[in-house]
Amino acid sequence: METAQYHRSSAKRKNLPRFFQYFILSIITVIIIAPIVVLIFGSLKTTGEMYASPYTIPNPPHWENYGQILLQSSFWTLMRNSLVVMVSATAGVLATCSLAAFVFSRMQFRGKELAFNFLTLGLMFPITVAIMPVYLVIRDIHLSNTLLAVILVQTAFGVSGNILILRGFFLSVPRELQDAASIDGCSSFGFFWRILIPLARPALSAVGALTMIVSWNDLLTPLVILDSDKLWTLPLGTMQYQGQYSSDVSLVAAFVTLSAIPAIIFYLFAERQIVAGLTAGALKG
Amino acid sequence: MKSEHNSRSPRKVQDNLTIALFLAPAFALFLVFLVYPIFRSLYYSLFNWNGLGPAVDFVGLDNFRQIVTDKIFLTAVGNGILIVVLSLAIQLPFSLALSIMVGRDLPGRAFFRTIFFMPYVLSEVITAIIWMGLFSPDSSQGLINALLILIPGVQPQTFLSDPNQVMACVFVVLTWKYFGLHMLLYMAGLQSIPREIEEAALIDGANTWQMIRNITIPLLSGTIRTTIYLSVLGSLTQFNLVWIMTKGGPVNASEVMATYMYRFGFVRFQLGYGSAVALVMLLICLAFSIAYLRLARQPDYLGGM
Repeated sequence: METAQYHRSSAKRKNLPRFFQYFILSIITVIIIAPIVVLIFGSLKTTGEMYASPYTIPNPPHWENYGQILLQSSFWTLMRNSLVVMVSATAGVLATCSLAAFVFSRMQFRGKELAFNFLTLGLMFPITVAIMPVYLVIRDIHLSNTLLAVILVQTAFGVSGNILILRGFFLSVPRELQDAASIDGCSSFGFFWRILIPLARPALSAVGALTMIVSWNDLLTPLVILDSDKLWTLPLGTMQYQGQYSSDVSLVAAFVTLSAIPAIIFYLFAERQIVAGLTAGALKG
Repeated sequence: MKSEHNSRSPRKVQDNLTIALFLAPAFALFLVFLVYPIFRSLYYSLFNWNGLGPAVDFVGLDNFRQIVTDKIFLTAVGNGILIVVLSLAIQLPFSLALSIMVGRDLPGRAFFRTIFFMPYVLSEVITAIIWMGLFSPDSSQGLINALLILIPGVQPQTFLSDPNQVMACVFVVLTWKYFGLHMLLYMAGLQSIPREIEEAALIDGANTWQMIRNITIPLLSGTIRTTIYLSVLGSLTQFNLVWIMTKGGPVNASEVMATYMYRFGFVRFQLGYGSAVALVMLLICLAFSIAYLRLARQPDYLGGM
């Protein structure tokens, strides 16, 4: 009885703040969306229209900008390179980190703490800080201007955070499961491969989704490693395109929109995994 | 029993092999692309070297001396600190307020989260190009100026090309892109606070503000510390947005440490000097990380629950 009373009065009290809450949240929604809408509107106009009336709804929409870009083979080259790098780096991170996380969560050996702390040192410096040193080594081992170098560097910088996330998840798998498997004659690798990995699918997809986003958006690694425009990735190509066609505002807008579409679609499908990966990584770290 | 602890039992040998093989890829990548490069840079930072041929012009610590006395580098450090301070004073409290506002049960919560987090998923290249357009000094091209001149008596601003405004503009873009991340983390943190504690406070007669101040925020302190760490480290190493929008200009007004390093290392190809700058950045990040670990290990209120 008393709780019902409490709920009713608090509901009444909430009505005014609710309106206020939605008001503020709506304003911020507009601030987030408006730049993206302006971009998309711009991409559907000719550059002449863009100067004359930049913020109106494109009427009729001009799809020529998109056609022009999609017919260039260079756009598809960028797309392909980005895909190759993203898929390989993600596979690399998943393989490397799940193996290491398994050892750190399930095996006993001397120096385990030390090895783990060492591998998670990478959390202390983002790639920006290390890019100059990394570039020098890439040059020394003659991997400059290769996609392989980009993949390896992205994988290496994914190691620390993702081992941490996966170890956390593996630790939450009950110990008894491993004991039971062991009694049934399952080797450590058998337990890892046949039991832990299938169980860890949510964690692996979180790590995977997060790595995909990071790799897809990475500018600095390809920027310092890749010279040849045949090897450029999408962010690098987009930056160069903007520099080259900066006077053709609507064409640049179309290019930027096209390069944003894969990320946005991926985000809408994998939001849950990305969010899970980020919160696990940040809150355990 | 004894044989189980014997390191030569087949099981144990197999386990040791598994450990070695499983850790090998992570260690190899880590050593080759993170640890070794840093030592390599340490070596090159003692030379005046343009990358052609071997490094022979040994200059000792001259590069470091030059860095810490270069006015432009000091501007870059100052700008980094400015971004840190603005982020901690404005961006994080703003994100926290929004996450509390969205709370745990506001209808439409998922929708707002999806929208607010979207800029984080867009690449920095896309973000920078979009905002360069919005900041255009020409009010027929830049939305912000178009809105500003609607206010009587306000002239169009030059924004990114004005040395006095450029850092404020950079901060606006950083906030647009990253507040969603912090908000997301706060929302996840809020999720883990037992609802009963807040309800108990309200029943005991606390008003909403008292509850937020005395219950919610203290219980979120672990998450808040994490976001502070991420925010400071991210601010100190910011590169992409600044480089694309301003290249550190006008007249070095928006220079940050990373753009300074990139200019010397990769544009002017002074690899020795660039290495030294990278090491200085590394030291600053390391010093911050260590200080953070020392200072921030306070009791986590939810730890015991």
